[in-house]
Amino acid sequence: MFVTPAFAEETTAEPAAAGETHSETGMAHEAGPKVFPPFDSTTFASQLLWLVITFGVFFLLMQKVITPRLGAILDDRKSRISKDLAEAAALKKEADLSVETYEKELAQARAKANAIASEAREAAKTKAAAERSAVEAELTQKVAAAESRIADIKAKAFADVGSIAEETASAVVERLIGGSVSQGDVAAAVASAKQEG
Amino acid sequence: MSNDPTHQFLINKIVPLHIGGYDVSFTNASLFMVATVAAASGFLYFASSKRALIPGRAQSVAEISYEFIANMLREGAGSHGMKFFPMVFSLFMFVLTANLLGMVPYFFTVTSQIIVTFALALFVIGTVIVYGFYKHGLGFLHLFVPSGVPGALLPLVVAIEVISFLSRPISLSVRLFANLLAGHITLKVFAGFVASLGALGALGVGGAVLPLIMTVALTGLEFLVAFLQAYVFAVLTCMYLNDAVHPGGH
Repeated sequence: MFVTPAFAEETTAEPAAAGETHSETGMAHEAGPKVFPPFDSTTFASQLLWLVITFGVFFLLMQKVITPRLGAILDDRKSRISKDLAEAAALKKEADLSVETYEKELAQARAKANAIASEAREAAKTKAAAERSAVEAELTQKVAAAESRIADIKAKAFADVGSIAEETASAVVERLIGGSVSQGDVAAAVASAKQEG
Repeated sequence: MSNDPTHQFLINKIVPLHIGGYDVSFTNASLFMVATVAAASGFLYFASSKRALIPGRAQSVAEISYEFIANMLREGAGSHGMKFFPMVFSLFMFVLTANLLGMVPYFFTVTSQIIVTFALALFVIGTVIVYGFYKHGLGFLHLFVPSGVPGALLPLVVAIEVISFLSRPISLSVRLFANLLAGHITLKVFAGFVASLGALGALGVGGAVLPLIMTVALTGLEFLVAFLQAYVFAVLTCMYLNDAVHPGGH
């Protein structure tokens, strides 16, 4: 299928004939050694040269411009996403931390309030107890004073009983006898009566 | 317009040019190579020029193709193979764009020329050989001597390995070339049936419906083939580059 060098020479010698095909000589020429176009080796040099030029330019452009640029875009996005994720994680951690401190402070405040309340309750209780005991002490004191006074009065009354008896006895004696009796005798008599009674 | 299905592969000179006795004219093939490069690099350049954090549609496509090839190369040749990323990416984008441009009616298909696909395959195999010897010295030859083979079988295995290595550029280039060529010829033949049956009158028009359906279906298939062959070319390139990076690896 590949073309002999002789044929290649023939066709390159007549480039014009290949172009304007359908002249009579052209037809006759074509009918003979017509070659399947992709295997026409006369075109190989041109195709190779232009392939090297175009693909070379394309390759350089891809290597120097396009692939670094696309790679940079993708890397940027990847690093941006991971940075954002890290930032979100950090923010979440921060939020968790503040929730924790808030709860801690709340618990602290609650405990403090409880402490204050119980302290106040305790203080009120002790104050009430102190007042009550003071009042009780006063009352017992008053009771004791009253009792001592009663005892005093009772003692005094008992003491007075002697002199009253003496006075009554001397008065009775005076009326009955009509003479006076000495104070000392009456007192002695009353004292003995008292002792008997 | 000729009905010859191979007419679409004809190369016509646009600017005749001769250097050192070689005919290096600027042809329709050259024009479509330039168009392929312009379309692919223009798209990738403008799609990525905004460098948006949240990509638009075009930037998404560019990023997807980047990551598609990057993953393919990482899986095929490991992280050491990533230094070949620009090469594999260029090959994939070039072949894919050339295949897709070839699907436009009246456009020339660059990859339907055996010399183009063969040159690309030689570029791949050449890179494998040069990098393999540069990186591993003669250790690169371990590629042909798989470990754990009994001594008696070794000559046979080495011969098979050498032949399979030498056939790689041929299979790589012929696969791409033949798929594109056969697809375009089939498409042209079926489309030609539509035209020639349609010229036969009412009955012919009725009969032309079948090849028309066939042409539509084949067009869809050809778009699949255009992508698939670029993908296969890139995957095989990754596999061959893996041999250059890890010669004892199989």
